[in-house]
Amino acid sequence: MATILEARDLHFRVRGTALVRDASLQLDAGTTSIIVGPNGAGKSTLLKLLTGELTPAQGEVRLDSAPLAGAPAWKLACQRAVMSQNQRLAFPFSVYEVARLGLEGVGRSQPRGRSEQIIAEALETAGVLGLASREYQTLSGGEQQRVQFARALCQLEAGRSVAERQILFLDEPIASLDLCHQLALLDAARAIATQGAAVLIVLHDLNLAVTYADRLLVMHEGAIVAQGAPAAILDDALLRGVFRVDLAFSRLPPTGLPFLLPQQHLRAASGPALRAAGA
Amino acid sequence: MTLAVKPATVPGATALARLTASRRQRNLVAGGILLGLCLLLMLLSLGAGAFAIAPGRVAEILLARLGSGPAELLDSREALVVLNIRMPRLLLGALVGAALAISGALMQGLFRNPLADPGLVGVSAGAGLAAAATIVLGDRLLAGMGMGMKLPFAALPFGAFFGGLISTLALYLIATREGRTSVATMLLAGVALGALAGSLTGLLAYISDDRQLRDLTFWSMGSLGGASWSKLSVVAPIVLPLLIAVPFLARGLNALMLGEAEAFHLGIPVQRIKATAVVLVALSVGASVAAAGVIGFVGIVVPHLIRLLIGPDHRLLLPLSAIGGATLLVGADIVARLIVVPAELPIGIVTAFIGAPFFLWLLLRRGRIAES
Repeated sequence: MATILEARDLHFRVRGTALVRDASLQLDAGTTSIIVGPNGAGKSTLLKLLTGELTPAQGEVRLDSAPLAGAPAWKLACQRAVMSQNQRLAFPFSVYEVARLGLEGVGRSQPRGRSEQIIAEALETAGVLGLASREYQTLSGGEQQRVQFARALCQLEAGRSVAERQILFLDEPIASLDLCHQLALLDAARAIATQGAAVLIVLHDLNLAVTYADRLLVMHEGAIVAQGAPAAILDDALLRGVFRVDLAFSRLPPTGLPFLLPQQHLRAASGPALRAAGA
Repeated sequence: MTLAVKPATVPGATALARLTASRRQRNLVAGGILLGLCLLLMLLSLGAGAFAIAPGRVAEILLARLGSGPAELLDSREALVVLNIRMPRLLLGALVGAALAISGALMQGLFRNPLADPGLVGVSAGAGLAAAATIVLGDRLLAGMGMGMKLPFAALPFGAFFGGLISTLALYLIATREGRTSVATMLLAGVALGALAGSLTGLLAYISDDRQLRDLTFWSMGSLGGASWSKLSVVAPIVLPLLIAVPFLARGLNALMLGEAEAFHLGIPVQRIKATAVVLVALSVGASVAAAGVIGFVGIVVPHLIRLLIGPDHRLLLPLSAIGGATLLVGADIVARLIVVPAELPIGIVTAFIGAPFFLWLLLRRGRIAES
């Protein structure tokens, strides 16, 4: 499998506190990688190091074998799109205009018809085409998140005419979404990976991470403590050591994939049916 | 990325195309009306004043000047007033109005705050202070050197320019930590810088003589009264780069609406956009203050009005703000000249009189939106 991005021994500190320590990873074409870990584990910081937003104190990120540091913004923008946790918008753009922002850097030379086609497709994939004329700031948090996803899709599609080997970074993209849209967004992200891009997602939901990850990375106190196929690396010791919960994974019968239901936390006095389930 | 749906079958895509087409049409109409209004007011402005000239006569004089009319018309008193007094004043007003409005729009985009304005954040005060220092101390400095020279006129715009530049940079550095600009810090620091500049300007007024004091008062209220072709020839080259740079900044400012990190992800050279915008704002505000004094509220009222008309897309917002700023200042200048004939009101009084109530109305309206 072709490696698009490779990071070696990344360190990042703020005022003496190491936010990322000794992190090495690679993102391959056609795979979905998912980072999980408790709050403050350094997931978003690692993502920022990989997108070029932050520069590591030590170590190096190489994009297509060339150093990421010093690459011009426009060139990076053709090769990777980022959906960060920030959903704020300073002025009342419409949903259509927010999606079009994805083209401000990389889509300059596109003819108008092509731009509109890209935007319509992205809005449709993100499930917000019907909201196109709405003012972004009046949307719910979940709807805003889907519009931001559409913006990232626009950028990726426009950049494809320049760079074929692309990466999509998503930082907690489903934090405000309902279950239906959580699955739809992750399906769309996986479809992008299937078509040859590398996808890196920061997620909190371990069950969804197991469902969608080709490669899972577990972060704890700034370090990547485990990475590999989800079924191979997720175990109860990891749950206790990293996530500090005293829970046990169950296994899905045909595949043996781990899944998590906090049965131990069922209320003892919730009625006979629930007690039976908890036992 | 071949998405799950093929473009031809995306439902609502044609509705989307219709929507964007109708928006484009709306923007075109709004721009056309604004431009028409601007040109109309310009024509009226050439005729209006203590010495009234009919618009038809003004048009005849302009045509004669362009070579398609009787040349002897150019020797009339009316032609003298129109071409040598009112024309440079009109052009200076339009230029200053456009510069202030664009500066306001740039500051609001850069700081991602609809309330940012060169006046509100103390930049005008910095430029005004430097201009005051040039008036009061410049003559003394030259006298001290015993050369008996008069201060060259160009010293004033340059002094004001550097004042604007220094206070803009100071503000930006104070409000920016680790690459992030804090809007609250910016506004507070702007108030503090404005107060400091105001107190120093007051100190300069205290030690100035009568003539300097009169000149200083002129700065604080703003006026287009001193306009001349030579003044225009100094101000125009400083302000024009701002007007020329506008199309190159628009996309970057649009992307900045999402945040600086997001703009970088989109491929925008964020640092270059910020530096360019800061230098251009300092340049044009400095030159404007030097030429016409402190004229408030143009920078905040005009971009707001344009956003209400056509939305916040900087590709349209910036050029239409320029036209809107020119329109407002040319219109305010007509009012300033007509309201107390044969004297004239300082234009800063007129724009603040229109601008302040409008600003309050905006605040009330924003409050209602937030509640509903």
